[in-house]
Formats: sequence, structure tokens, C-alpha cells
Amino acid sequence: MASTSALETARPAGTNLVGLEKSDYRGLPTTLCQGCGHNSIASQIVAACYEMSIKPERTIKLSGIGCSSKSPAYFMSRSHAFNSLHGRMAPIATGAVLANLSLKAIGVSGDGDTASIGLGQFKHLVRRNVPIVYIVENNGVYGLTKGQFSATADKGQVIKSQGENPFLPVDICMEALVANCGFVARSFAGDPKQVKELIKAALGYKGTAVLDIISPCVTFNNRGESTKSYSWGREHVDPLHDVTVVPMREEIQVDYDAGQQTTVELHDGSRVLLQKLSRDYDPTSRAGALALLEEARAKQLLITGLIYFNEQQPPLPEVQNLVESPLALLPAEALRPSRESLEAILNENR
Amino acid sequence: MTVAKTAEKQAHVGLRPPVVNDFSIVVATVNGSGSQTSNVALLRALFRMGIPVGGKNLFPSNIQGLPTWFLIRVNPDGYTARTEVSHILVAMNQATLAEDLSQLPGGGVCIYPDHFKLSQAREDVTYYAFPLQRLLKDIEVPQGRRDYIANMAYVGVVAQLLGIELDEIRRALSTHFRGREEPVRSNMAMVEAAAEWAKANLVKQDPFRVERAGKTDGLVLMDGNTAAALGAIYGGVGLLAWYPITPASSLADALTDYLPRLRRDPHSGKLTCAVIQAEDEVAAAGMAVGGAWAGVRAMTSTSGPGLSLMAEFAGLAFFAEVPIVIWDVQRIGPSTGLPTRTSQGDILFARFIGHGDTKQTLLLPGTVAECFEFGWRAFDLAERLQMPIFVMSDLDLGMNIWMTEAFVYPDVPMDRGKVLSAEDLERIGKFARYADVDGDGITYRTLPGTDHPLAAYFNRGTGHDETADYSERPEHWEGNLQRIWRKLETARSYMPAPVLREKHGARIGLIAYGSTDSALSEAQDLLAASGMPVDYLRLRSVPFTSQVGDFIRAHERVYVVELNIDGQMRQLVQLEYPEQAARIRSLCRSDGLPLTASQVITWVRAREVK
Repeated sequence: MASTSALETARPAGTNLVGLEKSDYRGLPTTLCQGCGHNSIASQIVAACYEMSIKPERTIKLSGIGCSSKSPAYFMSRSHAFNSLHGRMAPIATGAVLANLSLKAIGVSGDGDTASIGLGQFKHLVRRNVPIVYIVENNGVYGLTKGQFSATADKGQVIKSQGENPFLPVDICMEALVANCGFVARSFAGDPKQVKELIKAALGYKGTAVLDIISPCVTFNNRGESTKSYSWGREHVDPLHDVTVVPMREEIQVDYDAGQQTTVELHDGSRVLLQKLSRDYDPTSRAGALALLEEARAKQLLITGLIYFNEQQPPLPEVQNLVESPLALLPAEALRPSRESLEAILNENR
Repeated sequence: MTVAKTAEKQAHVGLRPPVVNDFSIVVATVNGSGSQTSNVALLRALFRMGIPVGGKNLFPSNIQGLPTWFLIRVNPDGYTARTEVSHILVAMNQATLAEDLSQLPGGGVCIYPDHFKLSQAREDVTYYAFPLQRLLKDIEVPQGRRDYIANMAYVGVVAQLLGIELDEIRRALSTHFRGREEPVRSNMAMVEAAAEWAKANLVKQDPFRVERAGKTDGLVLMDGNTAAALGAIYGGVGLLAWYPITPASSLADALTDYLPRLRRDPHSGKLTCAVIQAEDEVAAAGMAVGGAWAGVRAMTSTSGPGLSLMAEFAGLAFFAEVPIVIWDVQRIGPSTGLPTRTSQGDILFARFIGHGDTKQTLLLPGTVAECFEFGWRAFDLAERLQMPIFVMSDLDLGMNIWMTEAFVYPDVPMDRGKVLSAEDLERIGKFARYADVDGDGITYRTLPGTDHPLAAYFNRGTGHDETADYSERPEHWEGNLQRIWRKLETARSYMPAPVLREKHGARIGLIAYGSTDSALSEAQDLLAASGMPVDYLRLRSVPFTSQVGDFIRAHERVYVVELNIDGQMRQLVQLEYPEQAARIRSLCRSDGLPLTASQVITWVRAREVK
């Protein structure tokens, strides 16, 4: 495991590299149900941002509508947030990062928000490689409207009010992967350590990082036969690897067994250490990732970890060929062309 | 010699007094044949000769093969509205020839290729047939450009018959092809060959001709969408998110075209504005909202069907008070409607777009110069008032080329509205996003990224208190909306005042807005000349300013003239001035065509001459 570096030991105890305490990352008290997976994820977002020394003021929190989308209120109150429209977190995020590419965007959506009403917008955000940590708190149901099936509900699942779900579920990781996402991970809210490390890795990624986190709904979808329940998750969770993220500016000090470990370098200088568990898995192979997801679907496995990683694709602001300084902060002189330039255009149109 | 078939019978026509600079031409072609280049060359050459001119393209929703008509009006007094009749037909489409011919007034002119079949020719029309196929054979035509070059033949014939200077045609083509010599040369070869042929073979027998007039000095020739794009660029737009739709696409195209020239950082060579073609209009509006929230001047451009998809975001932006600009280049609906025909049919929808208690603010450009002005001013208003601003253009204004006043460079510094910096927050020591500190309903905002622990707030479409925290308390909900309504009252004082055109002794008032301005001004002058003075007020915004109420009260009857089925703006005016409602009447037309002065005159006479 990584231990502390010289840099880290020099700072006051209980503070991170930007001089903040963990309590500086707190949000408002949750109003979600007790035991909801989303609460656990909110706590891990707090821990991950603290450990990655990300300044809350330099972060934006985005969401759509639904239980999951309420959760940005429950972490990092010192960050600007936008709780937008159902299924429309993606365009809000796209506009916001184009306006200010210096901000770190964290999006929290749900399975209804992303895989039902917002599937189109989700895929286009991925296709454009909008820089954002895109977390889907996936529980297979609509909680706020009292438990209807979402597009990720299991086929054959029974809900008292709706009967049996006849449709196969949308696999969010698969959708991300076929849309050419360069960071695809799956996790389980019942494995908070892995959730935290994967969020840390996503925070260091430069494009769209999709995290599909199975996050049980204790009120409407937590019966043992549901693949979105705590008990099913605990029984079936099958981590690909043990994930540890070493933030930038910190040194790796671990017992290193070259045959058992893969290191993934992130563009911000952080490193993701993947300690091999039961299977050999190369997260840089897209074909391998697709095969893995297919295997997980066929065998009903909850395979978790970093499923795919590829940092080759340029993120959207780079493609747009924009100035380095955030557009939102440009002074009027940089935004309004000269009087002479207008005269020239008028003359060309006479 | 290929002269008029009825030359003998119409010989008297040649004796008619000349009609100089005062007639209309209709060019009937097939769309996709490149006739736009020819038509605009004629238009621009006339303009450069100092003759007031207007052009309108009546085109189908189709890529290639369906009938298209281009109208060119020249007028010594500067009236450029569409006319109900055209005097000169350039018939380049056999399929519509018979009908086009039947539309000509007595004494009209028909110019057509001599291989066209002309059945049941009218005898009160002057005909000029020209040998298009022979002309094409005689000159070298670049591969694949035959149709385009063919259309240059009528340019040459028309120029010769009317007296349009070939040098000005050449300059017009040079403007069109942005100075590239080869296309100018190959197109001019045909223009000159056709003009030469016409000079040698056609005997002028009609009275129509043009003369240099010196009446376009200082003016420019441009379409409204390009002007809007330029306005946005000079207004500091930082994000345009859009989705292709007729007739709005050319706004985004023009903005994209001009960005590298006007908004490139001189040091890095990189751009200071992002343009993104979204996956649909929902996303286009959402990107604008996200960008505006994060601090850029963000806009989208669309037309009716796209506006429908933007409804939810429009409501969110109104309620969460995010300053976006939405250009609605209106076309005729409902539904897909006629995508290439003009209308003023989105007024009520735009005014109230968004569910619940939503009331949006509209700007109404009436000229191409105003498209430029509102292009930049809309951002000042949006950021000052922290609300969406809808700019209601239409197909006629947006896509047609108009003669317009030179644009005035923005005469005020950018107004970025009430934004608190980290230093402000340090000094003040507190921040509540929706607290009405100044009593004008406009509250202070902070931009994401502002480096101060007090800066953050939670932007949301859900009920909120002054600190933007979620709240379901009745007094918070209603208090917040009441405050937004105060802001709407404040907004009035920022709205552009209407333009008033008065005639001595008028008892009747006309109210109109947008692209119908040219028809209204002309109708007003003609009515006055015939002894029937009316006053004319052109609205430039909703909400209205106090001049509108004054105008209504000062007249016995007021007619609201507009291009929709039953008076959308008339309804808004009546809502605003209920005590005057009985005196406010509608004059409406909803046929997809630009308004004409003669229509307005017919309406007014029918209602006012007893």
C-alpha cells in the first residue's frame, strides 16, 4: 500500500496538500433514506476529494433529477452546484466545462436519469469526452416516484405495483464503452474503499470518467433476488483487482511485485495501482473489456474495478481549440473585436 | 432574330413612358441549380448602382429539383418589401412557366430560354427568348458547373435589357466568391456572352430600366442571420450551442465562419468562443444554460420545433435565473409546418415558454441592423436581468438579403450584471444568492470557481430560499416568485423603446414588429399620400415600455399587424392594456409569405373607409 511522502509529513496533521481539513469537504445532512447506498457514495466523494487535495472552490457538482441527483447537496458545500433537469446533467456539464475548463466537474446521476430519460445525452457527453467524473448511482428503480422500474432493472424482476419487468437491462458500462469512453469503472456501494479509490482515479482522469456504482435502494429494491440489493452484491461481488490511487506529488512506497501489479499513469501525475486478484485482466484492452462485460452479464457476476482505461482521446475543450484561460474569465477587451474590424466587414458587404 | 412572338401586337408597349428604378423581378428556377449566385449578383449590382433594392427567396423544403422563386424589387424611394405582383418574369423553370406567366400583370415582361415551350402565350406581355443552349455550347464551362453557369445567362440578358452595369455584376460576383478569380471569370464569361447576344439580337420593347441613383451610400447588404451572428460576436459570445434547423442554421454557420477572423487570440492563435453542434435542441439549450451559469455569454439559435424542445430548459433558466440568449428564427407551424416559409407564430409560445408561472422577455428586431444590435445587446440584458432573452427573428429577416443601415459599433461597455468576486465576498462577509439587496428584484450571483469559502451556492430548479437551499416553505416559494416579478418590472426600464412613425392628423394607429417593418412604412406613406394618415408604432420588446400605452390611448383605434392566424401580439397588447382592449384589433395573415404594403392598405381601407 502507498504510504505518506516527505511532502505529506511536512503539513499539519489532518490537513491535505491544499491546507484543508476533511470537514471542509462536508455537505448538508442527507435527506435520503437511512442505509441508502447514495449516502455511502457521498461520503466516499468527500474522502476522495480530500485525499486528492482538490479544492472545493475549484470543483463544480452537477446532477439531473432523482434521489441520486439530490446527493450533491450532501457533500462539499463549498463547491458550486447545479441540480438541473431530469436526464440533462450532460448538456449542463458540457456547457459549464467549456465555459471554464479549469474547474473539476463531478456529476452524480442515477439509472433513471442516465439510462432512461438521459441515455441520448449521456452517450453524446461520452462521445465528446467532456471532462467530468460521471457517477451513476445505480439501483434499478425510481425512488422519488415510489419504486417504478428503471432501464437498468433486472429482467424478470417483480415489483408489487408494476408486476414483472419483461425487458433486459441497459448496462451503463457497456454503453459507455461502446461510446468510446476512456475510463469505465464499476463498483458497489457496499465496498466503500474501492468506491473511494475509483473516484480518486476518476478525479485524475482528463476526459469523461464513468463510474457505474451499484447503490442499493433500501426502500424499493433491496430484496435478495435483485442484482441491485446489498445482499446480492455482497454475495456476488467479484473485484478485478485491488485499487489504490497515489495522488500526484506523492511517492509510491509499496511492496512491489511486478508480476502481480499494473500501474496506470494519469495525466495529472497520479498513479493507479491495480493489484492482481483472482484473474489476469488488462484494463487497457477495449476488446477485453467488452468480453468481460459480456461474461459478467451472462454469468450474472458483479465484476467491479477499473474495467477500461485509455487516455489517448483529447477532451472536448482541447478539440475546441480554445484559449487556455477560462472563457468565463476573459476580459471584455478579449471578447469584443475592434471597431476597425467591423468597418472592414461592412465594407465587404456593400 | 429571336424576338417577341407577338412583337407586332405589342409594338405600342415600346411607346409607354419609361419606368425607371421602380419595378419587381421574379426569377423562377429549380432549387439546387445554383441560381442564388445569379440572383444575388443581380441584387448586389443594383445596390452598387445606388438603387434601393430588396431580395426575397421563396424556396421549397427540398435539396434539388423543386420550384424556387427569387423576388427582386427596385424602388426609388427605398421601399423594399415584397410586392404582390412582379413585372418581369425570368422563366427558368419549364414546370411552372404557365402559372408564372399567368401571374404577370398586363404590360409585363417574360424572359425565357428559347427551347422552353410557351403554350397559350399572353398577348399583353413582352417576350424575350434567348438561346441558352447555344450560349452554353459556345463558352467553355468547367466540369460539373453547367447548371450554375447556365443561370448566369439570364443575368447577362437581364443586365442588358434593364441597363445594369456589367462591371458591377463583376464586382458583385467578386464579393460573392470572396475575391477568388477563377469562379468570377468563368461566371462572367457567360454573363458577358449573354449580354452581348442580347445587345445584338433583342429589340427593347418594354419600359423597364434602371439608372444609377446614389441612394444606397453608407448602407450594407446582408441577411439577418449573419448580422445576428456578428452582433453576438461583438457582444462577446463565449458559447454557441445549436442544432441544425431551417431557417436558423445560417446564424450558427455565419458565427462559425467569422470566429477565426474576429475571435482568435493574437498570442496563442486559439479561439475565445466555443461553438458546439448539439445532439438535439434539448442539449443545445442545456449547454447554453450550463455555460451561462459558469460565466460565459451563452446562446442558442433555433426555430419553432427546436423551441418546443427547449421549453423545459427555458423554464429552468427563468426560475434559476440563468442569463441565456435564445434566437428564434421563426418559420410557419404548427409541427414541421412549412420549414422554408416565414411567420410570426411563436410569439405567445416564447412569451410563456416554461410551465408554471413563467413569463419570458422578448426582443423584436425589425431590420438587419437591429439583428446586429440585438445580437450584442441581448447579452447585456440577459446578464443584467439574469434571465433568458428570446430574440424573435423570422425566416424573412434572417435568411433574405436586405439593404440596411450600417451597423453601429456597440456604444456602451459590456454589462456583465451583478457578479460578486472573491474580493467582494471578503469585503461584504456574507452571500445569499437570491437576496434582493438592491430592491430591484435582481440579486447577486457568483461564478463557479470563485475562490472564496462563501462563494458557492446550489443552483436548482427546485424551490429555494434566499441562500438557494432547498425549501418547500410557502412563504419562500411565493416570496421568491414575487421578487422575480419585481425583476420583470425592473426589466421594462431596460427594454428598447418602440420606434414611432407619425403622420399629421392620424386618428388610427398601426402596431407591428419584426420583418414587416418595410411593408408597414410603405403602406403608411401610401395611405398618407392618399389622404388617410395613420401612425405606426414598431414594437421592439415584450414587456412593453410606457410609449405603447400612450400610443394606444392617443388613437381611436389601433390595429396590430402580424403574420400569424389570429393575432398573437394583439393578445399580448390586450392583456397588458385591458382597459383599452376594445380598441385594439388584429390584422393578420398566415400564408408563409412576407407581408406587402398593398395588403396593409387593403386591410386598413376595408376597415376604416365606410
